[in-house]
Amino acid sequence: MTLFLQYAVSGIATGCTFALVATGFVVIYRVSRVVNFAQGVFAVVAGMAVSSFLSRGLPHGPAEVLAVALAALAGLVVGVIAIGRRGTPPLASLIITLGLGIGSYAVIILIWGDQPVSFTGLAGLARMGGISVQYQFLLVVAVTAVTFGLLSLFFDHTYLGKALTACSSNPYAARLVGIDVRRMGLLAFTLGGALGGLAGVLITPLQPVSFDSDVGIAINGFAAAIFGGLLRPGTALVGALVLGVAEALVAGYYRASFESGVALVVMLGLMVWQAGRRSPAAEEGA
Amino acid sequence: MLEVEDLVVRYGQATALDGVGLRVERGEMVALVGPNGAGKTTLLNTISGLIPPAAGRYRLEGRLAQVPEGRQLFAGMTVEDNLRLGAWRVRDRDCRRIYDLFPQLGPLRRRLAGTLSGGEQQMVAVGRALMAQPDLLAVDELSLGLAPLVVDALAEHLVRLNRETGMAILLVEQNARLALELCPRAYVLEAGRIAASGSSEELSRTAAVRAAYLGGAADEAAATGIGS
Ligand SMILES: Nc1ncnc2c1ncn2[C@@H]1O[C@H](COP(=O)(O)OP(=O)(O)OP(=O)(O)O)[C@@H](O)[C@H]1O
Ligand SMILES: [Mg+2]
Repeated sequence: MTLFLQYAVSGIATGCTFALVATGFVVIYRVSRVVNFAQGVFAVVAGMAVSSFLSRGLPHGPAEVLAVALAALAGLVVGVIAIGRRGTPPLASLIITLGLGIGSYAVIILIWGDQPVSFTGLAGLARMGGISVQYQFLLVVAVTAVTFGLLSLFFDHTYLGKALTACSSNPYAARLVGIDVRRMGLLAFTLGGALGGLAGVLITPLQPVSFDSDVGIAINGFAAAIFGGLLRPGTALVGALVLGVAEALVAGYYRASFESGVALVVMLGLMVWQAGRRSPAAEEGA
Repeated sequence: MLEVEDLVVRYGQATALDGVGLRVERGEMVALVGPNGAGKTTLLNTISGLIPPAAGRYRLEGRLAQVPEGRQLFAGMTVEDNLRLGAWRVRDRDCRRIYDLFPQLGPLRRRLAGTLSGGEQQMVAVGRALMAQPDLLAVDELSLGLAPLVVDALAEHLVRLNRETGMAILLVEQNARLALELCPRAYVLEAGRIAASGSSEELSRTAAVRAAYLGGAADEAAATGIGS
């Protein structure tokens, strides 16, 4: 039982980082209808940046904030390249993000090398109900909760947030009222970059990242995101937690190497299920 | 107010507007009628800045807001959010004047726009456009899918706004009878060209227009070559 709880808690923590990546997918997809395959790169960039900043003497806190800002900037750059030209079809943009994701390996290796990078996060263990929990896990959960709270405030209660939702709901009408849908798309990419970066900053102390870690991160985030049809961040959060716990249990009780297979199986299953459930007409209206 | 000259708009190879000229004076109500596919919506979207013209020009004094064909609300958002987003280009986001104009919308302000009746949705669409405080309101198919009584009520609102605030209106309508009745002046658009224009009274006496749009005799239309 203790072992089970131990696994579950670590699963919730990694699930939270999946949730952040997933929300990045969702925010970008909602506004621009582009599935951003470079989403995992933001996490890698931020994780590596923190470790550089720390080794150059920057304290914790500023190092993480700066790394998230850097990831946001990376998001903006990917956005400019992928959707910067008016009228680029979403499918072309998707291919561009895929290419940028792979191309990023070159840049990352040039700057940080090809070895896995890590840094120590919050050290120490908390005793909770008979199990010991790393403080870093608690930090991950707390930061994710606060981030989701802020996001829902932003989207539900600010004019800018509502304009972003309007672009997703009816881009034609959004343009008619004068909203620059392309600029909103760039804003979404920036936000997606920051969310991916946040995930990277939180996860790197738990599992070292290397230049090609983006694939695993993106697959988990994407699998969680399609729980909510790529449109609903709340459902993506639930999906991410389920996925995180399932993977931790599989890795703990069975074999660690099967861990990432869980996401793929879940993702395929969901896609098949959703394809069967949704008529083409419903897809159109979503 | 609005001056369109020799406007040409293409979708790829297809020419939707082919040398269109049109004027709307300050405070005027002008009708634009024509059959399906004539290019009416294309014209409105071009002067709304959504489609770049291939040739020709348009000049616009003041702000234009459009009530689009088929209403095009933000369906999953509340009535109030829809209205407020209409004010994207202006500072004042107070919806009270819209609720004063359409008292039925007041109690519905928290409802999702997609759950309203067609008539209520059209009120929201008009209200959203009015939130931009336009000097010219372009209305695309006011009557589309609405009961005659609802259309009459909405039309009355538009006429009153035009009289009281001096807001100019460009009304696109399939229902030519209604449009010619409401607007003193009108244009007939056919296959991307202005086929006729003038005072609505004269136009509705023209045999060809009667035949094509007001349910007159078809052989008269054939004789003049308008309406096909
Ligand atoms: N996005 C588009 N891409 C290609 N062709 C288009 C597009 N929109 C309109 N068209 C074509 O341009 C022509 C004019 O269309 P438009 O919608 O402006 O006509 P309309 O007068 O508004 O018709 P209706 O009364 O049916 O609304 C039509 O032949 C239409 O098929
Ligand atoms: Mg039309």
